[in-house]
This record gives sequence, structure tokens and C-alpha cells, in this order.
Amino acid sequence: MAETSASDKAYWAANIRIVKWCMVLWLIVPFGFGILLRPMLSGISVGGSDLGFWVAQQGSILLFLGIIFFYAWRMNKLDAEYGVEE
Amino acid sequence: MSQFAINLIFVGASFALYIGIAIWARAGSTSEFYAAGRGVHPVVNGMATGADWMSAASFISMAGLIAFVGYDNSTFLMGWTGGYVLLALLLAPYLRKFGKFTVPEFIGDRFYSPTARLVAVICLIVASVTYVIGQMTGVGVAFGRFLEVSNTTGLLIGACVVFAYAVFGGMKGVTYTQVAQYCVLITAYTIPAIFISLQLTGNPIPALGLFGDHAASGEPLLAKLDAVLLELGFAEYTVHSADTLNMVLFTLSLMIGTAGLPHVIMRFFTVPRVADARWSAGWALVFIALLYLTAPAVGAMARLNIVDQMWPNGTQGEPVSLAQIESDPAYQWMENWEKTGLLGWEDKNGDGKIQFYNDASPAMAERAAANGWTGNELTKFNRDILVLANPEIANLPGWVIGLVAAGGLAAALSTAAGLLLAISSAVSHDLMKGQLTPNMSEKNELLSARIAMAVAIGVATYLGLNPPGFAAQTVALAFGLAAASIFPALMMGIFSKRVNNKGAVAGMLVGLGVTIVYIFLHKGWFFVPGTNSFDDSDPLLLSIKSTSFGAVGAALNFLVAIVISNATEEPPAEIQELVESVRIPRGAGAAVDH
Repeated sequence: MAETSASDKAYWAANIRIVKWCMVLWLIVPFGFGILLRPMLSGISVGGSDLGFWVAQQGSILLFLGIIFFYAWRMNKLDAEYGVEE
Repeated sequence: MSQFAINLIFVGASFALYIGIAIWARAGSTSEFYAAGRGVHPVVNGMATGADWMSAASFISMAGLIAFVGYDNSTFLMGWTGGYVLLALLLAPYLRKFGKFTVPEFIGDRFYSPTARLVAVICLIVASVTYVIGQMTGVGVAFGRFLEVSNTTGLLIGACVVFAYAVFGGMKGVTYTQVAQYCVLITAYTIPAIFISLQLTGNPIPALGLFGDHAASGEPLLAKLDAVLLELGFAEYTVHSADTLNMVLFTLSLMIGTAGLPHVIMRFFTVPRVADARWSAGWALVFIALLYLTAPAVGAMARLNIVDQMWPNGTQGEPVSLAQIESDPAYQWMENWEKTGLLGWEDKNGDGKIQFYNDASPAMAERAAANGWTGNELTKFNRDILVLANPEIANLPGWVIGLVAAGGLAAALSTAAGLLLAISSAVSHDLMKGQLTPNMSEKNELLSARIAMAVAIGVATYLGLNPPGFAAQTVALAFGLAAASIFPALMMGIFSKRVNNKGAVAGMLVGLGVTIVYIFLHKGWFFVPGTNSFDDSDPLLLSIKSTSFGAVGAALNFLVAIVISNATEEPPAEIQELVESVRIPRGAGAAVDH
């Protein structure tokens, strides 16, 4: 695999780093705050219910949107930094 | 003008629009048929993906499932949106860079094996046909109500309509038609929600109204809903009462399945550049979120409205009388829906009133005995009718009801068309042209694509007559199948250079095989009622229901593929180079057919 340049390798490693952090958020917020940790957060009330209920019915969706747009913006910047854009 | 005539006008006008667009944008070449010539802007593509994605399950069924269960069914909301993160981060840009037309094509090339491609075709067909069954269920409900015929007749009429226009369109026709369908379905979903939110909370944004105050009582809406449900012996709306393990696995199955469904993945082949594939996933979720942020409000508010209608004097007062249901125009919806056979009530104790309460709750026994109640008298309320009946329940004007009819049909038809396209391209492009008859002409390829569509819709209609669950539940099974079979193969194909042909094939077969057997054990073999050995109320493994098994199937797929790959030889050098090139956006260019 001699033709894979060091720069391409670094680009891929940087991509994996970004993906990892995004995936951690993707996992913790809906499954953690929305389901498993909901009893611990029940003290925080949001309009007639608690934070966990809001995260499960609204917050997660907003977070997913945030993650995808952040990733698209960050990766398009990364493409330019490494000169691999189309 | 009668409601029937208004419905016909709305449904008829929207159909004329779609068919007009389909004819205007008729696909001429195979490239246009499968990938719309790759000239679709990310925002347009996002909107079309939204329509493709939001099916009868999202539009017709989901809010009803949330309404009758509450918090525990938030799984649908998180699951069906969270999958877009997986798509955007793990699949879409790379599959676009790869630049082929279909999902089996990628799997066949990456795992350098016609067998892998064939297995992918099988996985795709199994998941997609199951998905279409769910759509047909929704179409049956919608047509049944608006043509005022039985559910079965509605289903058969719907099947003919889906067939007629999916066959002539292809991706290009479907893309622009789906943009129109998105506009119709989102308007139809949000307008009644805004009206109802204004009525109940005074807030025009349903997602905010849900967490606002109930105008009539001054209490928070959710607290009010919890209180009235508790008084009738039902579980509180916001309380977590379902099994946690099953909830987590179900949400995960829906997420992974989203990123494994061929008709959604195909969408990312149609954008011009890799960067656009990343934005496209975001735009798709923006358009999807408009509905998904509204759906929980629709569910909660509808539940409150139903209780108010059944208990017009408050939950501690007298229930609604039979005479009022028959004569008061506010209760006309009950008679309308009774005709479909999906709503029913019965004055069991003959007191001339209809008591709606949870007769299984011990807390209600005393009150029932004191009042001479002999059981819940709102005996049948199919979850799938809630969204369609919602504007009638809230006494909204006739045109809103007509609009919702058109929206529900748009949702079901757009998804059914997208799925049929994915099925037909798998059969004609991957199976016939790719394996059986490589020298097939373009004309014959298009012909076999259309024949495959016809067969798929026939099978789905037949199975749709006895669906394995409500529309959204059947669709959830399709997600489990896609999660267990297709997603792991795609992800490993991109993120691992070590996974080889043997590993991928074994992984897909194990994932699909185990999941489908688990589903059939609980839902009946080939969904034939009565042939099941277990029931989802007491599943085979721990508390894992058949709808949640996809996540387990996916884990098995990953495990088997990695173990077998590591025990056998490395993929050849040119395949490892292919993986390297897929990871770098540079030089994506136009798609190549082989």
C-alpha cells in the first residue's frame, strides 16, 4: 500500500477522531439522558415533565441535527486543509 | 359540500400534481431511472429524502403509538432520527465517492464476490418487502376512511394506485414528485397540529405547546394529561414503565436500520459531490425533524382531546351518552370511523352511556362497581387512525380533514414508490444484469425492473391484508432486518480493510438469518397468523421483542464477519486500494456503470 501518502493517512486519522467524538455524543444524550439516566435527572423540570422526557421527545432530534451539520462543516474544512476536496 | 366531496377534491388534486410531475420528468435512460443523472441539489435531495423516508409509519401511525403509550414510545422519535447521524458520518460520503448506483453493487465490488452481491440483494428484498407491507397497511387505513369503504377494499385500491405511478417514474420522476409530496405531507401534518395547539395551549408552535400550559385549566399540559389518565386507571403519560433493555435495543435497531435501508442510501448516490452528500443528510433531517418535533405534540394533545370527548363533564363527571354520540356533530368522527371497522364502542351495561376507562386497573374496580360499569365501552381504537381522525376529533374545518387525507396518502405513496424502486433496481440491475444475463439491453433492464415492482407490490398487498402489526410496528421489523444485514456490511466495507469476502457473506447471512427466524418465531412464519411459537409479550430471549432484535442481529453480523475474516486470508491489494480511495473525497467524478 505504498501509494497511500502520509497526508492521506493523517486526513483519515483526523476524520476518525471527529467521528468518534460525534458518536460519543450521539450515544450519551438519547440513551443516557433520554432513557437510562432519566431517573437521576428527574429533579430538573421542563414544562410539566422532566429533562429526560424533553430529551427523549425533542432534545435528541435537535442534537442529531447539530451533530450532522457540525460534521459536514468540519469535514469540508478538513478536506480543504488536506487538499483532498473535489 | 359534503366531507366526502372535499376529501376527493384534495386527494384528486394532489394526485393530479404528482402524476403530472412524473410524466414531465419521465426517466429515459437507466442512469436517470436509478440516480436521476446525479444532478440533484442537496436541499432538493434532502426534501425528497424526507418524503421518501417519512412513510405511513411516520405520518399515519407514529403519533398514535405515542399517544396511547406516552414516554415509552419516544423510542420511535429517537430511533428514526438518530439513524441519520450514522448515515451522515459513517456511510453517505463514502458511498457517494464510490460512485455506483445500488447498495448490492458496492457490497459486490468491495467484497470482490458475486455471492456477496447476491446475498446483499436478498437482504435488500427481504427488508424492503417487509417495509412495503407496513405502507400498504397505512394505505388501507387512509383509503378506507376517505373513500368510505372497508379497510380491505381501501388496501386493494391503494395497491393499484401505488403500482400505476411507481412503474412509470424511476428515480428522476420520483425525486421531483417526492419534493411535491413532501410539501403536501408536511403542510397536512403541521396545520392541524397548529390549530390544536392553539386550541389547547394558545401556543402556535406544537412542540412548544406540548411543554406549555393547558389553557382551560392553567396547569402544564403534560401534568394535566398525566392527571386525567391516572383518574381513568391508565398509566401516566410521561412515566417510564416499559422494559429498559428492550427500549434501548429497539431505539438502536431503528437507528441502525435507518442507515441500512437501501431506498434512503440510494438518495446519496444522486448528489453531485461528496461534500453535498454530507450536507444532504443534514437537510434531510431538517425536513424530517419538522414532522418529528411535531409528532409528540400531536400524540399528547390528541390523547387529551379523546378523553375530553369521552368525558365531556370531566373525568369525575358523567360519561358521554349514546344519544349525544348519535346526534351531536362533534361526535360525527366516531360514526365515520366505525365504517372502516377500526373504531368500535358497545354499551355493555345498557346504561345509555359510553364509559372509557382502563378496566384492567385494580384502582378502577371500586368506581366501576359503584356506578354499575361492566368494562371499558370504547372497545376498539386502532392506533393507526389517530392522526387521520385527529382534525375531526378536534372539530377542525372540512378542508383541514381533506388536506390530512392527501398528506397521509402522499407519505405512504412516496415511500412505497422509493422502496419499489430500490427493489426493482436490485432485481434488474444487480441480479439480472449483474449476474444472470450480463448482455441484457437497457430496454430489457427497464422492463425487468418494472416486472419486479409489480411482483413486489402483489406480495406486499397480499401480506398487508393480514399485517403483523400496526403500520409503524411492521415497518420497525423491516428496520430490524436492514440493521442486521446491510448496515454492518457497508460500515465494515469502509472502515476496515481487513474484512474479506468470506467474512462479509457469513456476517450478512448470520445477521439476516437469525433476525428473520427470531421475527418469524414471534410474528408467525411469513407473517401467517397463528404459526408463531412465542409472543412479544413474553419473548424468547430476556425481554427482547422481535421488533428490537435488529440490534442483536447487527452485533452478530459484526462479530461473525470479523472473526471469519481474521481466520482467513487478507483481501487482495487492489481491494485495499479501493477502500483507501473511497475514504478520500478527491476525484469522485461522475458515477460509472459497468
